[in-house]
Amino acid sequence: MRKLVEVQNLIKYFPVLGGIFSRPVAWVKAVDDVSFHIFEGETFGLVGESGSGKTTAGKTIIRLIEPTKGKIIFDGKDITKLPENQLRPIRREMQIIFQDPYGSLNPRMPIGEIIREPLLVHGIGDKKEQEERVVEIMKLVGLRPEYLRRYPHEFSGGQRQRIGIARAIVLNPKFVVADEPVSALDASIQAQVLNLLLELQQKLALTYLLVAHNLAVVRHVSDRIGVMYLGKIVEVAETKELFSTPLHPYTQALLSAIPIPDPEIKKERILLQGDIPSPINPPSGCRFRTRCRFAKDICAEKEPPLIDVGSGHYVACHFVKEGKVVEYSK
Amino acid sequence: MEREETLLDVRNLKTYFFTDDGVVKAVDGMSFTIRKGEVLGLVGESGCGKSVASLSIMQLVEPPGKIVEGEIIFKGEDLLKKTPEQMRKIRGSEIAMIFQEPMTSLNPVYTIGNQIMEAILIHQDLSEEEAKKRTIELLRLVGIPEPERRFNQYPHELSGGMRQRVMIAMAMSCNPDLLISDEATTALDVTIQAQILELMKDLQRKTGMAILFITHDLALVAEMAHSVAVAYTGKIVEYGDVYQIFKKPRHPYTYGLLSSVPSLKTEKTKTPLPAIEGMVPNPYKMPSGCHFNPRCPFATERCRKEMPELAEIEPGHLVRCFHPVAVEKEAVS
Repeated sequence: MRKLVEVQNLIKYFPVLGGIFSRPVAWVKAVDDVSFHIFEGETFGLVGESGSGKTTAGKTIIRLIEPTKGKIIFDGKDITKLPENQLRPIRREMQIIFQDPYGSLNPRMPIGEIIREPLLVHGIGDKKEQEERVVEIMKLVGLRPEYLRRYPHEFSGGQRQRIGIARAIVLNPKFVVADEPVSALDASIQAQVLNLLLELQQKLALTYLLVAHNLAVVRHVSDRIGVMYLGKIVEVAETKELFSTPLHPYTQALLSAIPIPDPEIKKERILLQGDIPSPINPPSGCRFRTRCRFAKDICAEKEPPLIDVGSGHYVACHFVKEGKVVEYSK
Repeated sequence: MEREETLLDVRNLKTYFFTDDGVVKAVDGMSFTIRKGEVLGLVGESGCGKSVASLSIMQLVEPPGKIVEGEIIFKGEDLLKKTPEQMRKIRGSEIAMIFQEPMTSLNPVYTIGNQIMEAILIHQDLSEEEAKKRTIELLRLVGIPEPERRFNQYPHELSGGMRQRVMIAMAMSCNPDLLISDEATTALDVTIQAQILELMKDLQRKTGMAILFITHDLALVAEMAHSVAVAYTGKIVEYGDVYQIFKKPRHPYTYGLLSSVPSLKTEKTKTPLPAIEGMVPNPYKMPSGCHFNPRCPFATERCRKEMPELAEIEPGHLVRCFHPVAVEKEAVS
C-alpha cells in the first residue's frame, strides 16, 4: 500500500504570551513529536480527549497551522516548508470538513456560491462549468440543486454539514481531514452523514483523516486508529486489533469508558483518576504516568518510544515488549 | 405501580412558547412518573422537549414559554398550584438540578465553598461553622481531593469534571428526593464522564434519591436508568423499563435510533448504517397525524391523519404507534 501522507516527528507549540512586551512566557505543547502515516484510500482515525492535540495535528498536516518542527510528506513531496505559491496547487488535493456546520459557512453567501468558491480561488473552469460542477456536487452529497440560491441559515445542521462536505470535495481532492464531522449533529442525523462520508470515499477514492472523540464513530469508519494523549501518540493499530487487544493502559481505560447501549452488559470499568494534566507543563517521562495504574519509577524518568509490536501495531509504553507480552504488575 | 411509591407524577404536561412566528408546542402532553429511588431516563434529540419538560417541573420556564396545561404531582401535591415562595423552597432542597455546562451555573466571583454554603444556609437551619463543615463533607463525598483547600478556590481554577462535581455537591447539599440531571455529562470527555456517572450511581444508591436523567445519548440511559421515556416532538413515543426499550423497542423511532447509532457491538464496520431518513420536523409546521410519519418506513394512510395514543402494549411498556415494530430485537445494533 502506498503512503499518501507521512508525518515525521511533528511538533506544534503555541506560545503563551505574557508580560508587558507580550513575549512568550510558556509554550503549549499541543503536538509534541508525533509520527504516523496514512495509506492511500484508507481512513485513519485520530482519537483522544480534549487537549490531546488531535485537532491541531489534523490542521497542521494540511498546513492550516504552521508546524513548529518536523516533516510532512504529502503524495511523495515534502510540503513542510513550501512557500504559499507552491503550496496552492497542492491545497487542491487536501481539504477539510469542520465540526461546526454553523460557524464554518459564511452566512451572507448563498450555498451555491459557498460551494463554488474553491473553484474560483483555484481558477478552475469558466462560470458555466463551475455552475455545472456545483450542481453535480450538490446532487452527490444529497442536496437539492434548486436550493443553491438559499442561505446557510435556511438549512438544518445535517444539511449544513452536507454543504461543508460539498465545498471540501468540489475540487476533487485526494485527501480530506474530517475534524469531528458529526459530533454537533443529532443521533438520527449522524448516521446519515457517516453514510455519506463512506459513500463518497468509495466513489471518489478519498483518503480520510478522521479526527474525533467518539470512539464508536471512529471505529465504524476507520481502517486504522491512532490514540493521542497530551500531544503524543500512545498507540496505533488496525481498528479491529485496537479494539480487541488494546495494549496501552490509556487506550484500555479509554475503551472501557465508552458507554454501551445495552443494559445487560455490565462493564468492568477502568476508572482513571484525576484529569488530563496541562499541556504547558506535561509530566516528565511518560505523560500518562500521573493517571496510570501501572506506573513505576522508570515512567517518570524515561519517555517510552513508540515501538512496533508486530503487524502494524505500535505502542508507547515501557511495559509492552515485542511479541505483545504485557508485563504489568502492581 | 403503587400510589404511595410514586414520587413525581407528570400528567399531560403542555408547555408552549408563544413567539411572533407562531406557537411552538415544545412539550405537548407529556406524562411520566418517577417512583422513589428510581432513575428515569428521558431521551430524545434536540427539540424533543426533554429540557423544557425538566424546566417545567422546576417552574423555571421563561416567557414567551408558558405551562398551559397539566399537573406535576410531587409527593402528592401539584407543584403548579404552589406559590412562587413555596416553589423556591422546594427548588434546591427537595428537587435539585444539574446542567450541562457547570461554568455557566457557577458564579465566577465567589469561591466554590461559598456557593455551596449559600445553598445550605438558605435551606437549612445551620450556623456558618456547621455549614462550612457540611460543605467540606460534601466536597469529599463527591470525590474532590483536598476539600479544605478546594473550598477557597474559584470555579475557573477547576477542570470541567471537577466543576461538575461541585455542582453535584451543591445539588446534594440538602439531600434532595429528586435530582434532575440535564445532559450533565455531555460536555465532558469520555473518561471524565465515566467518573461522573459512577459518582451519580454511587450517590443514588447511598441516598436512595430518584433521578430524572435527561440525555440525547441512548448508551448512557442503558447504563444509568431503570426506566426510559423516549421523546419526539414534545410527546413521549415510547415508555418502559430499560430492558423493554433496549431489547424490544416497539416504536419505529426508538428502533431506528438504536440501530443507527454506531456502537462497539456493530459487527460490520465501514458499511452504511441503517439511518432514519429525513429530519425532525420544523416546530412551526408539524406534520398532521403521527409526527414521525414522514420519516417512518411503516407509515400508512392512518398515520398521516390520526395521532396515535400512548397505549400499553405489554405490562409497563407503552407505545405511541399504530404499527409497532413486531420483530423481537435481539440485541440491537
